[in-house]
Amino acid sequence: MAEKVIAGEKRVFMTGNEVVAWAALAAGAEIMYGYPITPQNEIMHYWTRLAPKYNRKFLQTEDELSAGFTTVGGVMAGKRAFTATAGPGNTLMQEPISMAEAMRLPFVAMIIQRGGPSTGTVIYSQQEVMMTVLGGNGEGLRIVYSTANHQELFDYSIKAFDTAWKYRFPTFVLADGYQGKMREPLTIYDPDDRGIKISDTEPYVGRPGTPGVDRPPGHYRNTYNVEEELYEVLQDHIKDFESIADEVSEYESMASDDAELLVVAHGVVARAAKQATEALRQQGLKVGYFRPITLRPLPSTPLREAVNRAGRMLVVESAYGQLGRLLKEALYGATAEFIPYYKPGVGFTPEEIMARCRELIT
Amino acid sequence: MAEKPAMPASWRVESKPHKFCPGCGHGIALRALGQAIDELGIQDRTVFGCDIGCSLLAWDFFNVDTIQTHHGRTTPVMVGVKRANPDLICIAYMGDGGGYAIGAQHLVNAASRNDKITAILINNTQYAMTGGQMAPTTMPGQKTETTPYGRDPELTGLPAQGPEMIATITPEGAYVARGTVSKLRQLKKMMVRALKCQMEGRGFSFIEVLSTCPTNWRTNARETWSFLEEKMPQYFQIGEIKIPVSEGDADE
Ligand SMILES: Cc1ncc(C[n+]2csc(CCOP(=O)(O)OP(=O)(O)O)c2C)c(N)n1
Ligand code: SF4
Ligand SMILES: [Mg+2]
Repeated sequence: MAEKVIAGEKRVFMTGNEVVAWAALAAGAEIMYGYPITPQNEIMHYWTRLAPKYNRKFLQTEDELSAGFTTVGGVMAGKRAFTATAGPGNTLMQEPISMAEAMRLPFVAMIIQRGGPSTGTVIYSQQEVMMTVLGGNGEGLRIVYSTANHQELFDYSIKAFDTAWKYRFPTFVLADGYQGKMREPLTIYDPDDRGIKISDTEPYVGRPGTPGVDRPPGHYRNTYNVEEELYEVLQDHIKDFESIADEVSEYESMASDDAELLVVAHGVVARAAKQATEALRQQGLKVGYFRPITLRPLPSTPLREAVNRAGRMLVVESAYGQLGRLLKEALYGATAEFIPYYKPGVGFTPEEIMARCRELIT
Repeated sequence: MAEKPAMPASWRVESKPHKFCPGCGHGIALRALGQAIDELGIQDRTVFGCDIGCSLLAWDFFNVDTIQTHHGRTTPVMVGVKRANPDLICIAYMGDGGGYAIGAQHLVNAASRNDKITAILINNTQYAMTGGQMAPTTMPGQKTETTPYGRDPELTGLPAQGPEMIATITPEGAYVARGTVSKLRQLKKMMVRALKCQMEGRGFSFIEVLSTCPTNWRTNARETWSFLEEKMPQYFQIGEIKIPVSEGDADE
């Protein structure tokens, strides 16, 4: 890997977007392709300031279709390439992501969610869950990490590059503008110093030798003659995806063993949910907390166990049931009571969640 | 056309005969390209990108690393490869619908950024793969499935002048030409020059190729050839439009 970007462990106070740029550098990302959109702009701003110092590259493209497709090209050239986007940009990027998904390319994107279409609200929502997890014309064979704080933004941005190249599925860090724009303390580090290995890259095109003479040509396609041909390719991909689900899926839970009400949330909302749970526990209320870190694949088994134990779940999210739908699918057949607490496009305070929990428990 | 010329060395024998219809111009354009790749000795470092449209039928055409992309998106994929690894020679091969309609923003921006790639665009005056609809290159009065009474320039404009536009927006050093499958030697020379432009890092290179589609034109061999050689040049002027000053003319 290239020279060390971060010497030793460093305590810093940074915005989330800056954290992502440092993480990408530390992970050895070699090129970023991007198109301006709030609230991810500063990822590009920091990247363009830092990248030349470490011999890394950047291309500002004409739109997010291009940002996505150039990222596909960068990856196929064998580079740790990535992009970042949000909202309407994420919508456009679903097309290149579909290509990456169908070809099993280690495409990495940082999604910093904002609200609604067009300009909508430019700072916050959790409305890009379905699109990031299941968007495009494919089967959603993607890995999506939903981060809750800046330390995680750093850790999972690094991890995304490893995951993508290890399993060859498009990999996303899903955050939001609150995380992107807010400053928080965290520790940044060189992954190698902590013994964190990042999978090697390997070119799809331009390998040594003359195709047809020294080696077969790399012929990469998404065109199939008959339905069965596509079906067979997908069978393999689906089998691979299912076989890695347990290894890849991650979650965080607290006080869920004897909980009578389980609060389920992801991303920045999970912080409020966790604080609420802690406070309610101190007051003697049997509330538990469960947070999927990977929204795809979901940590289905531990989720089912926690939900079944509690018998009731309060699903809290800044969208109208996007996490909710994913959970229902994962929990199909479970008898626990499902109580939604949806505020599309709006954040949550711990107090609000506490109040709702108290209503439900007493 | 009686004798069968030898296959370019960069062609993949296993995928021949190719998948294009009889009389299709795609195969001739790809012959010129194959010959150019052979002449320049770049088979080992060429990346061929093909679009959606009949160009996708070339996904296994060459013994060259190939990426078949999405409709209109071959240009950005090749830009991405080239930016990541400038040692590779990147060719974006597309139709007139792919390049001038759905992927026009990519073509225009790659050209004005002067990306060091080679774009080759097959002008067959319509959308062939989807069954012959109007393309930006459809000529006035020409009947297609979506202009059944002939293209009316009042309603849908005049044929796109792609190379002329690209020539305007690229800086000196770029290479822009319009060739035709009816002049194979000239076309090959253009391809060599376009690829050299890329290899020498001079700038963007672009060739529009006037091509045939007897299937959708519903023409016999003679009509096909006269459409290509007589009708199309009325709107599309053949020749080099932008050449580095140091180079001569590719015309025979
Ligand atoms: C996003 C998208 N829109 C539409 C299509 C359908 N489609 C497939 S090929 C094609 C037209 C191709 O025409 P052109 O680019 O001129 O290539 P040709 O077949 O004429 O060589 C279209 C519209 C598609 N595959 N993807
Ligand atoms: S439909 Fe037209 S362009 Fe397509 S392969 Fe047949 S002749 Fe060629
Ligand atoms: Mg066409």
